[in-house]
Amino acid sequence: MRFVLDAEQRLFAETLDKLLTEGSAAVVAREWAAGRPEPGLALWRSLAGAGVLALAVPESAGGAGPLPVELVTAFHEFGRHGVPGPYVETVAAAVMLGRLPESSPAAAWLPAIADGALVVSLALPPAVPYALDADVAGLVLSVDGEELRVAGCGEAHASLDPVRRLFSVTGVTAGEVIASDAAAAEAYDMGALVCAAQLVGLGRRLLEVSVDYARTRRQFGRPIGEFQAVRHHLADALVGLEYARPLVYGAALSHGTPDFARDVSAAKAAASEAAYAAARIALQVHGAIGYTDEYDLSLLIRKARALHSAWGSPADHRARVMSALA
Amino acid sequence: MDLDLSAAERFRAEVRQWLRAHVPATPLPSLETEEGFAAHRAWERELHAARLSVVSWPEEYGGRNATPLEWLVFEEEYYAAGAPGRVGQNGITLLAPTLFRYGTPEQLARVLPPMASGSQIWAQAWSEPGAGSDLASLRATATRVDGGWLLNGHKTWSSRAAFADRGFGPFRSDREAERHRGLTYLMFPLDAEGITRRPIGRLDGKPAFAELFFDDVFVPDRDVVGAPEEGWRVAMTTTGNERGLTLRSPGRFLAAADRLVELWREHGDPADSAMRDRVADAWIRARAYRLKGFETISRTDDIGAESSVNKVFWSELDVALHETALDLLGPDGELAGEWLEGYVFSLAGPIYAGTNEIQRDVIAERVLGLPRAGR
Repeated sequence: MRFVLDAEQRLFAETLDKLLTEGSAAVVAREWAAGRPEPGLALWRSLAGAGVLALAVPESAGGAGPLPVELVTAFHEFGRHGVPGPYVETVAAAVMLGRLPESSPAAAWLPAIADGALVVSLALPPAVPYALDADVAGLVLSVDGEELRVAGCGEAHASLDPVRRLFSVTGVTAGEVIASDAAAAEAYDMGALVCAAQLVGLGRRLLEVSVDYARTRRQFGRPIGEFQAVRHHLADALVGLEYARPLVYGAALSHGTPDFARDVSAAKAAASEAAYAAARIALQVHGAIGYTDEYDLSLLIRKARALHSAWGSPADHRARVMSALA
Repeated sequence: MDLDLSAAERFRAEVRQWLRAHVPATPLPSLETEEGFAAHRAWERELHAARLSVVSWPEEYGGRNATPLEWLVFEEEYYAAGAPGRVGQNGITLLAPTLFRYGTPEQLARVLPPMASGSQIWAQAWSEPGAGSDLASLRATATRVDGGWLLNGHKTWSSRAAFADRGFGPFRSDREAERHRGLTYLMFPLDAEGITRRPIGRLDGKPAFAELFFDDVFVPDRDVVGAPEEGWRVAMTTTGNERGLTLRSPGRFLAAADRLVELWREHGDPADSAMRDRVADAWIRARAYRLKGFETISRTDDIGAESSVNKVFWSELDVALHETALDLLGPDGELAGEWLEGYVFSLAGPIYAGTNEIQRDVIAERVLGLPRAGR
């Protein structure tokens, strides 16, 4: 038993961290929010080049997956850097497409997903009613029960997080049917899992930035991090995140067992709460500057609120845990 | 990365089988009463006879060299079986690790075997009326005399000291030194001449702790742990164990969370989603604590100050879990029973082993790297 990342997995995380730091993910996110997706799509291709999307695609279709632990490792970094784009949705789509017979024409999209050429968005109601960044996606899917269809990009909806561009989908009942028995439940679980990983990474970054701020921002002649009322908030943020992370990795290791859905829900509920708590604390520690649109921290604060309830709210996931237990 | 527990499964099976045959059918009386203390001591003896009282210790002291994973598995089985609380835990989880680090071979050979068998139960004697969170301000003294030390002063909130046999804690041996220096860590019999103990009723009246008055109590040199004047450093080893995994193992919370889910099935109103969420949260947090335990034993570095993160988490989980149980019981929640006993016990968690406010300061400074501050 060794419940920590091995050397190769750590190296993978470091590689992505470096790639996203050099790729200035925060700047890219601003561009994305302003409707200029090109830098974000370039980043998408480099992340695919690093093998991230292949992790969700079966080997038989040109991928390396599914490798849930590595996916979680990658999404943790995506969260830390606030990377824009429908990565969670593409991973969830790959799960469903990967379950189709190899002869199915739709399965042919998988290699393009793996190499980054095809960006996918999807709606998976009720928990995921809007398709993220559907206008940028090369393929939009919608799921109704277990029916998987090709859909279209409909009306846009503004999110609190300007980097999350949400769209209604069209063709939910009329679009081309890809499968009538899609692995929608597994896709939802995998989406919720990587979203949880993203939340933990996001919470980590919120905490890191806030600790730095509390070390340097001075009031009453000393760093505000000396005040217990401030530092105890930061300690609490850490406690929440430190216990959300093992739930996320634990759920990744449950993939393929009957406990996967339960364990994913435990992880998503805890990650949502921990990241959101970190966001509230980050805002409070920064004060007014954190409340400004212009300051990059506010992008992360807004994302934490949005992802808190994306791919199932904590209440949805707690209900799933209890139905698995009781 | 994996969660492959198969290396401990054979041990798990053995432990489970033994517990099934030996765990008392009806719960023992509270270990915080005289009668309960004696019953729990007898249980320790029974565990020891099966070499299950201190599984992670070396065989020569009564253990079986269990790996950290086997220890976690033992604890899971132990609490899942509803086995009695561990009356010897302050010695086993706090003093013993300190002795493994600082004790002499003579001390290990003399102190550990009777600790393992329950024939000597230990109490922690740290706090004083004027030294609670600010432990380094302690004033009870150890004065050098021929062949040993004379202890004087007043310790309080000493858990289990009402009925225990021996105590351990830091005393001030150099009054001139800076407050963290000049402390000496000593072990002493609680029935020594010059010690007066006065049991203190905790929140529910049970004498779970005591205050101790020392009046020229002689302690021989052989009962100093570590070097004289190094007591602070020695004490910090104890706190690491106290706040880390060993004092409160994941198995304890897993078992309690499973019982809470059972209580929800029996008493919960399916339409009460707020209550259902609290039950779910308790279960999720217990699972998180278990997984975090696996992470901790997988690490090759010392968790150091991160043990404070642990302490905040388990102590708050314990309270939340028991509050939820009492709320599920409704008007019966105030009546004596296992849940109420656990609840009263849990309320002390955020206070002992360093208050959670102290833990948050430790986290802020030593884990997050925030500046040191006057409190």
